[in-house]
Amino acid sequence: MVSLKSGSTSEPTDASAQMNTAAMICKGVWKVFGPNAERFLAEHDSKASYEELIAAGLIGAVRDVNLEIRQGEIFVIMGLSGSGKSTLVRCMSRLIEPTAGEVFFEGQDLLKMPEKDLIEIRRHKMGMVFQHFALLPHLTVLGNVAFPLEVQGIDRATREQTACELIELVGLKGREDYYPRELSGGQQQRVGIARSLAVKPEIWLLDEPFSALDPLIRREMQDELMRLQNMLHKTIVFITHDFYESIRLADRIAIMNNGGIIQIGTPEDLVTNPATDHVADFTRDIPRPKVLSARSVMAPVDDRLTFTSSVPAETKIEVLAADIVDQKGPIGVTDGEGKIIGQITPEAVFDVLLHRGTKE
Amino acid sequence: MRATFSRAIAYAFGRRPELVFWLVVLAATVALFAADELLPWAVEYPSEWVIPLRFWVSDFMKWLINEADLGLFTFKQFTRSISWVFNWFLAASFGVLSEGVKIPLGGEALFHLPSLSWIALIAMLAIMAYSIRDWALSLLVGICFLYLAIFGQWGSAMVTLSSIVVAVPLGILFGLLLGILAYRHPWFERAITPLLDLMQTVPVFAYLVPVLFMFGFGPVAAMTATMIYSLPPMTRCTTMALQLVPTEIVEFGNMAGCSHRQLMWKVMVPSARPTLMVGVNQVIMLSLNMVIIASMIGAGGLGFDVLHALRRLAIGVGLEAGVAITVLAIALDRLSQAYAGKAPVRVKKKVSFVRRHPHLVAALAIIVATTVTGFLVPAVADYPESLTVTTSGFWEKLVTWINIHFFDTLDAIKSGLLLNVLIPFKRFLLSLPWLAVMGLLALAGVRLGGWRLSLGVAAMTAFVAVTGNWEKAMISTYLIGVSVVLASGIGMPIGIWAAGNDRVHRAVQVIIDTLQTLPAFVYLIPVVMLFRVGDFSAMIAVVAYSLVPIIRYTDHGIRQVPPSIIEAATAAGCTHRQILLKVQMPLALPEIMLGVNQTIMLGLSMLVITALVGTRDLGQEVYIALTKADTGRGIVAGVCVAMIAMVADRLISAWSTVRKKQLGLS
Repeated sequence: MVSLKSGSTSEPTDASAQMNTAAMICKGVWKVFGPNAERFLAEHDSKASYEELIAAGLIGAVRDVNLEIRQGEIFVIMGLSGSGKSTLVRCMSRLIEPTAGEVFFEGQDLLKMPEKDLIEIRRHKMGMVFQHFALLPHLTVLGNVAFPLEVQGIDRATREQTACELIELVGLKGREDYYPRELSGGQQQRVGIARSLAVKPEIWLLDEPFSALDPLIRREMQDELMRLQNMLHKTIVFITHDFYESIRLADRIAIMNNGGIIQIGTPEDLVTNPATDHVADFTRDIPRPKVLSARSVMAPVDDRLTFTSSVPAETKIEVLAADIVDQKGPIGVTDGEGKIIGQITPEAVFDVLLHRGTKE
Repeated sequence: MRATFSRAIAYAFGRRPELVFWLVVLAATVALFAADELLPWAVEYPSEWVIPLRFWVSDFMKWLINEADLGLFTFKQFTRSISWVFNWFLAASFGVLSEGVKIPLGGEALFHLPSLSWIALIAMLAIMAYSIRDWALSLLVGICFLYLAIFGQWGSAMVTLSSIVVAVPLGILFGLLLGILAYRHPWFERAITPLLDLMQTVPVFAYLVPVLFMFGFGPVAAMTATMIYSLPPMTRCTTMALQLVPTEIVEFGNMAGCSHRQLMWKVMVPSARPTLMVGVNQVIMLSLNMVIIASMIGAGGLGFDVLHALRRLAIGVGLEAGVAITVLAIALDRLSQAYAGKAPVRVKKKVSFVRRHPHLVAALAIIVATTVTGFLVPAVADYPESLTVTTSGFWEKLVTWINIHFFDTLDAIKSGLLLNVLIPFKRFLLSLPWLAVMGLLALAGVRLGGWRLSLGVAAMTAFVAVTGNWEKAMISTYLIGVSVVLASGIGMPIGIWAAGNDRVHRAVQVIIDTLQTLPAFVYLIPVVMLFRVGDFSAMIAVVAYSLVPIIRYTDHGIRQVPPSIIEAATAAGCTHRQILLKVQMPLALPEIMLGVNQTIMLGLSMLVITALVGTRDLGQEVYIALTKADTGRGIVAGVCVAMIAMVADRLISAWSTVRKKQLGLS
């Protein structure tokens, strides 16, 4: 009765066939730390559990990760510290050399690419934001934002004009001549964001960008990110250890544990269909009305009833709750073409609001 | 009485079984004494067994200079060309600061461009200090240099300064490059680390000998020695600074698409600035220290004045030059430290050059103005000699007065210590069988750090014996031993006092920071004034020079004892005394021992310099080698000093590490 999009795993098929929709594809990516890691992996046919690696004195920071990141989506990689999420995002940009696997970006395997080409891709197609901002202390805000253009050899006037526009975009106009130490944490990260956008990247990697900030500032920055994304429509890979942050921002979430990906899905998928207890632990306390849509809570249509009103299936419970309580009776749920596909009773909404039992 | 005594021994043994072990070792040593008749070679190293290493080194150096061919050019051509380049630099800085530059105008005519006027230099430095920090620093630097002018030290100080002006940038540059190389290639770091260790423990004189041999007597040789001497700390600082750059910064640099060169010079080196500046400050201070000592191979300047005065026992002149060195050291140290701590300041764009750089413009204006008026008014160009003040007469009188009134007291102290402590201890050490000493040190190595440490220590000790320097090394050991004990006896109470009282702490910090900036040479002057020459004078100089670390580490060690432990002890009803003796001291001891270790290192470097006041130890050996330009003798004796230093360092560090681990402090 609950309609689900493809759930727990998404198997990437042929890389070139998917290039229209996929911005990046990871295939069997491994990063194993320790002596002779490559040989160990080869001997085990690239199949080894976390425990087997530990027994061999190795650490499987990233284990057999397969995923595809779609054009224009916000793809969140969520996991606790030590789960390998930061290592994974560094494998995607080859800041860390993976032990095995393939990372396709624009149809090319980044891992087989000569350094010269890699530098070109980083200079023009990738932007990264860091947890602790990683601003250069000896440069002003302007100098920092213009830095990625400077190393490309772009002349001063052009790069400073671009930088000024970006500084204005992130709301720091008037602070171009400040040094990083003169800014608050939130402001510093705004500089980090502006700097990562300077090269107009195709893929935007954000490594726990808001984790070092106070909760209130963090929220403000999340809103800021959504505002920028609505303007820019970048492909975003967002790393976080905060599940609330994931459900606020994500189109899709990948949950990592011990270096492996446990589940990939929309926030709603994860809440309604957690693949493991580990995922269920994350989803247990999240505000369900914000995540669940009418589709997830609707019941089959009872033919004897007619509905005075109806809502589209994608409407979040949070939005329809007030209406349905006023109605004191079930309302219809429609699909994209306006056809009734189910109904929602006030009781079902109460269950969601009061966190009473789970659907199914 | 007897019963209590034996019970006390049993108690001690019961708690410390290792004591039995050491007593057995001691007994074995005594037995070796007795075996003098049976095994004479184990007591005194036979002279026919000495390996003529020093002659091999000398022969090698001769071959290097006279015959070595590096393919494209000979070694001699190599040193000559270096010498030519350095000489050019030196001549330029000397011209600007001291002599002026003669510009040929064609034919016989010469235009004499004068050197920087004394007013211009003082004003320039004061403005620099102001723009870096504030008025206070500006005033300090100004007064320091004004002193040099007023007390007639300007000429010599400028000679010294012109060497530093060349040696420091070169030292920084080469140190930076070596450090970057060591950062990029771990094998290179592994290769140079022991070399840097050795370079930092070999006494300064030992540098002078081969440099003298290669470059001859003169300012270039002195400058080269100065530069080489300041390389190791800069190299280490660079490698460490680069390793300390946050990973994210490096990752950002890579993500921005930096090439290797861009990553190093645009991202890593600027980010590493604070740590790098520590290295720069060290280069400046070490260069000053060395350029003074290098007056022995022709550096000239203030160092030469001191050396000359020491040789003639002209106290007043020597003291004046000594104070000039001190003043120069303080000014350079404070300036470079202020510069190191300075963060970049925001400047408004789109204002004129003059508005953006007011200090630079002011300094340039003063330089031009004083140079022009200098042609008309000579007093502006050079400080008028008639206005110089000399205090040497006063100092002479003061010393004479002290000697008249306190000679008996001083002499009594001196001979009392000599007869009752120094000489007996010296005799004891000299009579120890060398094999026993080596065995004891090796055993200590096993107990503190295992077989590798033990073998290393034994090999280093053996080196001293095998190269035929045992007796002189024992004299060095005795001098350094007595000095360290004395320094600890003075320094520890001061450190404890400073740890307990914040005001004392601040005062002591200022004093020891200043003491640490003084070149070693300066310490010799008052000592010679009061005690003339000999072992006792040497000891006093060593104690004075090496006092700083023991104070610093004691203070720091006690202060870092966690407050919660002190609170617990207070709550348990401990008195202040009990807290100090039963809680703070045991916990601070590993740190204090590191201070003792540093004291030994500093003491050894000073000890070699005290050869000037007539000791008969390894330092004297190096000094003699220097006067005879006997490279092999100097280097081997220098390495022997380094061996003593490294044996002490390895053993003490090992103990401190073990103890810290036991106490859960590391």
